[in-house]
Amino acid sequence: MVQTQTASATKQLTMVQAINDALKLKLEQDETTLLLGEDIGKNGGVFRATGGLYDTFGADRVIDTPLSESGIVGTAVGLAVNGFKPIVEMQFMGFIYPAYDQIMTHVSRMRMKSMGRFTVPMVIRAPYGAGIRAPEVHSDSAEALFTHMPGIKVVCPASPRQAKGLLMAAIEDPDPVLFMEPMRSYRAQRETVPTDAYTCEIGKGRRLHEGSDISLIAWGAMVAIAEAAARKAEAKGISCDVIDVQTLYPLDRDLIAESVQKTGRAVIVHEAQGTGGLGNDIVSLINDEAFLYLRAPIERVTGFDVPVPFFALEDQYMPNTARVLKQIERAVNF
Amino acid sequence: MNNQFPITKIIDDDGTLLDTSYEEQLTEALSYHLYHHMYRIRTFDRKAISLQRQGRIGTYPPFEGQEAAQVGSAYALGEDDWVFPTYRDHGATLTFGADMTRMFMYWNGRVEGCVPPEGKRIFPAAVPIATQIPHAVGAAWAEKKKGTDNIALVYFGDGATSEGDFHEGLNFAGVFQTPTVFFNQNNGYAISVPFEKQTNSATIAQKAIAYDIPSVRIDGNDCFAVYFTTKEAIDAARKGKGPTLIEAVTWRTGAHTTADDPSKYRPEHLGTDTVDPLERLERFMKTYGHWNDEKIAEIEQTCQAEVETAVEQMENASQPNVDDMFNHVFAELPDHLANQKLAYEAFLKEES
Ligand SMILES: Cc1ncc(C[n+]2csc(CCOP(=O)(O)OP(=O)(O)O)c2C)c(N)n1
Repeated sequence: MVQTQTASATKQLTMVQAINDALKLKLEQDETTLLLGEDIGKNGGVFRATGGLYDTFGADRVIDTPLSESGIVGTAVGLAVNGFKPIVEMQFMGFIYPAYDQIMTHVSRMRMKSMGRFTVPMVIRAPYGAGIRAPEVHSDSAEALFTHMPGIKVVCPASPRQAKGLLMAAIEDPDPVLFMEPMRSYRAQRETVPTDAYTCEIGKGRRLHEGSDISLIAWGAMVAIAEAAARKAEAKGISCDVIDVQTLYPLDRDLIAESVQKTGRAVIVHEAQGTGGLGNDIVSLINDEAFLYLRAPIERVTGFDVPVPFFALEDQYMPNTARVLKQIERAVNF
Repeated sequence: MNNQFPITKIIDDDGTLLDTSYEEQLTEALSYHLYHHMYRIRTFDRKAISLQRQGRIGTYPPFEGQEAAQVGSAYALGEDDWVFPTYRDHGATLTFGADMTRMFMYWNGRVEGCVPPEGKRIFPAAVPIATQIPHAVGAAWAEKKKGTDNIALVYFGDGATSEGDFHEGLNFAGVFQTPTVFFNQNNGYAISVPFEKQTNSATIAQKAIAYDIPSVRIDGNDCFAVYFTTKEAIDAARKGKGPTLIEAVTWRTGAHTTADDPSKYRPEHLGTDTVDPLERLERFMKTYGHWNDEKIAEIEQTCQAEVETAVEQMENASQPNVDDMFNHVFAELPDHLANQKLAYEAFLKEES
């Protein structure tokens, strides 16, 4: 998946370090790059994703803004159309909502409404998801609000190496990109990450495990759950094709179609609520591309149709290995 | 601009009376009530920090240093008034009558922690910054429409004044002359961002001028200044004179939350000259002969016992109920959600 690797030097990094690395490289490479956000300067971000960057690049490029998401995204539109490359941080995805108006009515439509005269090549980074015992609202997984929105790409890495390559690609992309960072995966694993700049192509998913009986389709923090379920299923003699979707908009239709054409079964796993969730678009994609190959109804394991509960119940809300395994068996035994 | 809103005080840092027009009202009884509440919420706050350190609750945002601002303002409220707190205002809501066990439950990830005692008009703490400000305007507006003399008081921080909701709330309150008290605690920082970088305005009080709302800037660590200023604003609102904005200048002694490390961004010398609000009241009480060691020891014991009991009750509370995740989303559970609930319950049974 690493496409433009130029050197063989590598580092062992967590996802949050890999993100920091990508931001640093881009700030070095291109002086029009600006970081904007709440507490991203001296504090280095509440998750330290921008740690050290303020010291290296200064307050004019790593900018602590007033506490206003609409202000951050709105001014970033003006900066982006006027020669800068803003990379903005929403402190948590649950606090992106005040900026929704800007993203929905301007960020995603500027190219269209100016017939290409004005473009908004910005990146909106947003840590998302449950599982870290955070207070209310901090744990939302709101990708479907954005995959429903034409004109903005949505990317969600599952591992440190993909995070760096996808973020670099997002920054280079001529269109706006929402970059969702699974908080639960920020420090969950270290991975060998190339030291130099490289990109992972936006619009492409990746196959993590080759299998023949069923396709497991997931993204972000749910990829680890799908992989764990796949290991349990393998132990029961069920061979799983595990797909990390990684670009949520536009979907890698070919990869998903090809996988399901091969296995004839699919379980889609996401932690956002099921109704109106992206899983439904994947069901429809499979319907379009692989209907005649299906050997069982497509299964979905998602968050329930409730607001993400306070953390005492968050484990009950989120898909887990047991729930995924159950749907795998149901599909296989259909 | 700064001069237009000097910080007003009633007592000084050393406890001496500055504004003698209040002399008669600064009674021994009032001193004790305020001291009791401040000591009580401080005991709660310190306990919460220690519980978090032991992994017995989740991330917690301490309010140490802001006790006078929270107690003085909440103590001025009437029984039927409305309160709209943030996540840092448990000191205020406890003073106004929130349940301590539930406050601990809240920080232990339990939704039960949001539910106020029957009849108490305390909103669930607002986590998204500034969103509660228009709510307080609406609730006050409703009281006005109903012809009562109840008011709504809303808490928010300095950072909150950068959000649109702050400005929209103030504008509505000005236009509809709602009985709302906007109580700002300017504690110097919004996480790592100092007030000077949050806004180009020298004060928060001056922001009310644009909406033609009266405003004052007070020493938020002087519990008497907070209490009497809030009371005057509340009385004005009750009498139909509309909203007031109060900027209480205070200091967040500790970290933003237990997950935060202020040494990363806040110079250590800052705040060291701030006199602790409890100590300040103690100095006043001692100067005016209100301080009685035995009475104080009794207050301290009562508060500590209350906090210990509340912790025990929090920890002995029944397990979180999975049904609660589904049951309170709608008045009536829609069929698809009822099915999700049933299926999940069946799954849990199978698994156990
Ligand atoms: C809309 C929104 N954006 C960001 C956050 C994350 N956040 C939590 S507290 C905080 C700072 C708030 O500062 P202030 O309003 O001064 O209140 P304080 O915490 O100092 O009491 C931020 C940015 C949030 N809770 N809501």
